[in-house]
Amino acid sequence: MPIDHKIDTMTSFARIRPDFAAIASWIRPGTKVLDLGCGDGSLLCFLRNMRQVHGYGVEIDDENILACFNNGVNVIQSDLEAGLQSFESDSFDYVVLSQTLQAVRHTKEIIREMLRVSREGIVSFPNFGYWKNRLQIMAGRMPVSEALPYQWYDTPNIHNCTLGDFEAFCGQHSARILERRVMSGERQVAFLPNLLGVLAVYRFERRR
Amino acid sequence: MQSLDTTDIVTPQRMRFDMPLRLKSGAVLEGYDLVYETYGKLNAARSNAVLVCHALSGSHHLSGRYADDPKSMGWWHNMIGPGKSIDTRRFFVVGVNNLGGCHGSTGPASINPATGRHYGQDFPVITVEDWVQAQARLADHLGIDQFAAIAGGSLGGMQALQWTLDFPDRVRHALVIAAAAKLTAQNIAFNDVARQAILTDPDFHNGDYYLHGVIPRRGLRLARMLGHITYLSDDAMATKFGRELRNGALAFGFGVEFEIESYLRYQGDKFSDQFDANTYLLMTKALDYFDPAYLHDGNLSAALRAARAKFLVLSFTTDWRFSPERSRAIVKALLDNKLDVSYAEITSSHGHDSFLMEDCHYHKLMRAYMGSIAL
Repeated sequence: MPIDHKIDTMTSFARIRPDFAAIASWIRPGTKVLDLGCGDGSLLCFLRNMRQVHGYGVEIDDENILACFNNGVNVIQSDLEAGLQSFESDSFDYVVLSQTLQAVRHTKEIIREMLRVSREGIVSFPNFGYWKNRLQIMAGRMPVSEALPYQWYDTPNIHNCTLGDFEAFCGQHSARILERRVMSGERQVAFLPNLLGVLAVYRFERRR
Repeated sequence: MQSLDTTDIVTPQRMRFDMPLRLKSGAVLEGYDLVYETYGKLNAARSNAVLVCHALSGSHHLSGRYADDPKSMGWWHNMIGPGKSIDTRRFFVVGVNNLGGCHGSTGPASINPATGRHYGQDFPVITVEDWVQAQARLADHLGIDQFAAIAGGSLGGMQALQWTLDFPDRVRHALVIAAAAKLTAQNIAFNDVARQAILTDPDFHNGDYYLHGVIPRRGLRLARMLGHITYLSDDAMATKFGRELRNGALAFGFGVEFEIESYLRYQGDKFSDQFDANTYLLMTKALDYFDPAYLHDGNLSAALRAARAKFLVLSFTTDWRFSPERSRAIVKALLDNKLDVSYAEITSSHGHDSFLMEDCHYHKLMRAYMGSIAL
């Protein structure tokens, strides 16, 4: 589940959620965007202001639905695990799954649905291969960090993966990666990204 | 103690229309009256008007109370008023009693000027489209070119939806609550049983019971009892009444024994004292006939192509009369047309009646949505 934040300005958006800036940089102005697990609608607000997108969110949680209403964001209350039947094939320019991939149960089906309703998908997720995570596992404990702020017994993150895992997954599931941005805080990580990157953002398309 | 607060006193108004109204059926109403109430003030830009459409048994009396009757609270008083979710300090809210109604607008119990007698069975069958036309004429007279929002639950939601098709430029937001784009066979079946109860009452006299000084009370009572069952959920009924007995023991007879029987009879009696049987027949027909997709081979997305409004669609989890699935079909058709839409499925135990209930989350959603409407 996306983490709930109270957001005041555009700059604080990007600071709190470094993936927002990457996502916005990839999205062409005036396009149609679907944000799955949109939380309080802050990404859609950000994209509306930065890229003038026509956006919709999908969210299941009542409090987040209310927050979206307050943010004036289109939101459809539904369980994305049950599929995206309300959305026609190829009806969006981008479908975004921002920091939600690691928390969904039906990963394959959701990626398939993303690439049905849109030609391009964008996902961001915490990199489980980050060295501090590895270190904690080496020390014999499940990692707990800013990017993964839960204990093993209460985490919503049931499908953690590394950059390598996600790229292999795309290769096996008809998704072609177009762009990748790996972040540590607001800084981009180019060197040893699977070891030094905290957060990964990918743009991918349906393989023809 | 009686409240001394007079800020919520409201007075119904009446407007006469002498321009004939051609109805969907082909029949023509030569002239008619509409009774309405308004709350709040129309702003200088005339951009803050909200029309609230009523459902089967509602009326123009949305909120507030009448000076001579402190108990006469409007049917949506928990939603509409100063500081409430539909805030009358910000919006100019209009409630209209629909044509064919029995709360003051021209209906079957009115006198037909052509005959000098009650319309009775001569009153034409009215559709949702006809109501929208009549409401638009009222809006013309009130100086409202465009509504900031049109809202309604159930049959009222159908009117809000129809507005966006018939007058796409006159409505900026449509709030379609606990509604459906058409009735199912099961919905129509319930309506027909209700109608049969009225039509077969010996006091019905083919709709001209006014002349005989009687009302088809038994039929109307049964119709309401049946309707009431479908407005509640199984769970709500179980929680509220269970198998409780009024007198604690079985009486081995056919009188009122279970609490639910007592409740339904009370509701039926109360309703049959206040409501006109012919209006009930008309309202159920308007429900049955509503089907904007009909002219588009059942394709709702094609039917909604004319719409330009932004939409809020709400459903309630235990509403089996107009289930969430029916609302999702509306949402899908709106999405297909790339219209702005938000949809919430509200967890509630009260069945179809949930849209009238005071529910914290529901009212917060309404407040947030109404608050996001630019004036």
